[in-house]
Amino acid sequence: MTTRRIAILKVVLFGACLVPLVLLVLKAVGLASMSLGANPVEELLNTCGKTGLNLLMLTLCVTPIRRATGFNRLVSFRRMLGLFAFFYVLLHFLTYVLLDLGLAWDTLLADIAKRPFITVGFTALVLLVPLAVTSTNGFQRRLGRNWVKLHRLVYPIAVLALIHYWWQIKSKADIGDPLLYAFLLTVLLGVRVAHWRSVRRQRATSVDSKAAMAPTYQRVEPP
Amino acid sequence: MRSQLDRGIKPSEITPEPAFLSRRAVLAGAVAAGLLPSIAPPADAATIPPGGEFADLKKWPDSATDKVNTFQDITTYNNFYEFGTGKGDPSANAGTLKTKPWSVQVTGEAAKLGTFTLEDILKPHTLEERIYRHRCVEAWSMVVPWVGFPLADLLKRFEPTSKAKYVQFFSLADKDQMPGIRYPVLDWPYREGLTIEEAMHPLTLATVGLYGKVLPNQSGAPLRIVIPWKYGFKGTKSVVRIHFLERQPQTSWNMAAASEYGFYSNVNPKKDHPRWSQATERRLGGGLFAPRIPTQMFNGYAEQVAQLYTGLDLNKNY
Repeated sequence: MTTRRIAILKVVLFGACLVPLVLLVLKAVGLASMSLGANPVEELLNTCGKTGLNLLMLTLCVTPIRRATGFNRLVSFRRMLGLFAFFYVLLHFLTYVLLDLGLAWDTLLADIAKRPFITVGFTALVLLVPLAVTSTNGFQRRLGRNWVKLHRLVYPIAVLALIHYWWQIKSKADIGDPLLYAFLLTVLLGVRVAHWRSVRRQRATSVDSKAAMAPTYQRVEPP
Repeated sequence: MRSQLDRGIKPSEITPEPAFLSRRAVLAGAVAAGLLPSIAPPADAATIPPGGEFADLKKWPDSATDKVNTFQDITTYNNFYEFGTGKGDPSANAGTLKTKPWSVQVTGEAAKLGTFTLEDILKPHTLEERIYRHRCVEAWSMVVPWVGFPLADLLKRFEPTSKAKYVQFFSLADKDQMPGIRYPVLDWPYREGLTIEEAMHPLTLATVGLYGKVLPNQSGAPLRIVIPWKYGFKGTKSVVRIHFLERQPQTSWNMAAASEYGFYSNVNPKKDHPRWSQATERRLGGGLFAPRIPTQMFNGYAEQVAQLYTGLDLNKNY
């Protein structure tokens, strides 16, 4: 795929990532009889949270798909997906703090301390910040191998996000969607574990000592 | 298990008044109540109007003075899992509910048992409009102009015995009419319960309409219960069975998550849900920038109902 095509695809992806936001804005201003419904704050909160989670899952899809298809330039979409995930998670948090709590800081602190689902959600958000900040080419270069290590934080973040989603449902009655995400995340993390194992096995059997010392983030295709 | 509520109450005190009347009076009452054949129904007989609008509704003098929510908000933001778990699902899916003919089965500790048509049930009562605050356990609230009559007036007609300490209500659970029934999200049929004192409290409303109209299907047509001082899920929708019993009955949300949803489920700002605060609520209809408002004890009906719970530890009996 040419660089030009990649650039076009990036523009398309950027537009696609903005669709949920544009829809929310249109609903908020009530264009074409669209509306956020009877509980607009909840609608905003849920849509931003769900979109953030979806984009986080998509971000995690990039590497397995790249490995499976050999379409290596897929990685050039990962940053945009990750940053949009952060963007929607941030909107989700701001909706909660500004619109839902109305800047009641004491309630916010009590919620973070006392309510496990908010504690884990807040932790996920805080952990996303360094990833978003160091997502630039410059940081990637400067941090080198540590950049890869740092960005492995996305795995615990995804798990925390899932727990946050799971724990806010009313009861086991609404467990369908969280289960679906749990399944997806298990697959996405599972294929990575399988990949790392096969890499380790390859290294163990390799006669080339240089290959054995190769950093773990280096891509090694399974036979 | 006997609730602390029962302590000190003699059976005679909760035996409904008709049982003390002479046989003749009881029979006359039963005729008037539509439980026995009668020649002429009373002039103010309640019916479900075919046109969908109730005419000349009496206005209850003690209605809430809060700003009433729009018909649109009340009828498009619903929890009615028989039609799906999303708030918009009931209004989208409840069209398949067939509310005519409708009958209610009465079972358990009462003298007049059997199956009664909705027409029979409504006939002797006078409907009125009552504006109640409606607080959901999910910490949102609305203000709804219901149409109904005191549930006590209906329950008394079934002549509950002295053993009837509790009343259980069952919703319809028909997978052909209710798409949500196919999924085991709750243990169907939906069931709820009240102590007999709560069920007989003058605020507890047998409800057949809102906004002067026949209840839309998604709001629990054709007959639902409204208990304004309790979280909304206590109000059984589309009631098909009323069961009088001596022991505390099973209730759906308690069966699903006992640590989160108790039998009483009175609105209580001091007793948080394990996962969220109940101290404040979002009053719907205020738009994006309306702040939360403080939740009131018993949803603001403490003056009328607090005495029901004298001596009961509401922190434990949530």
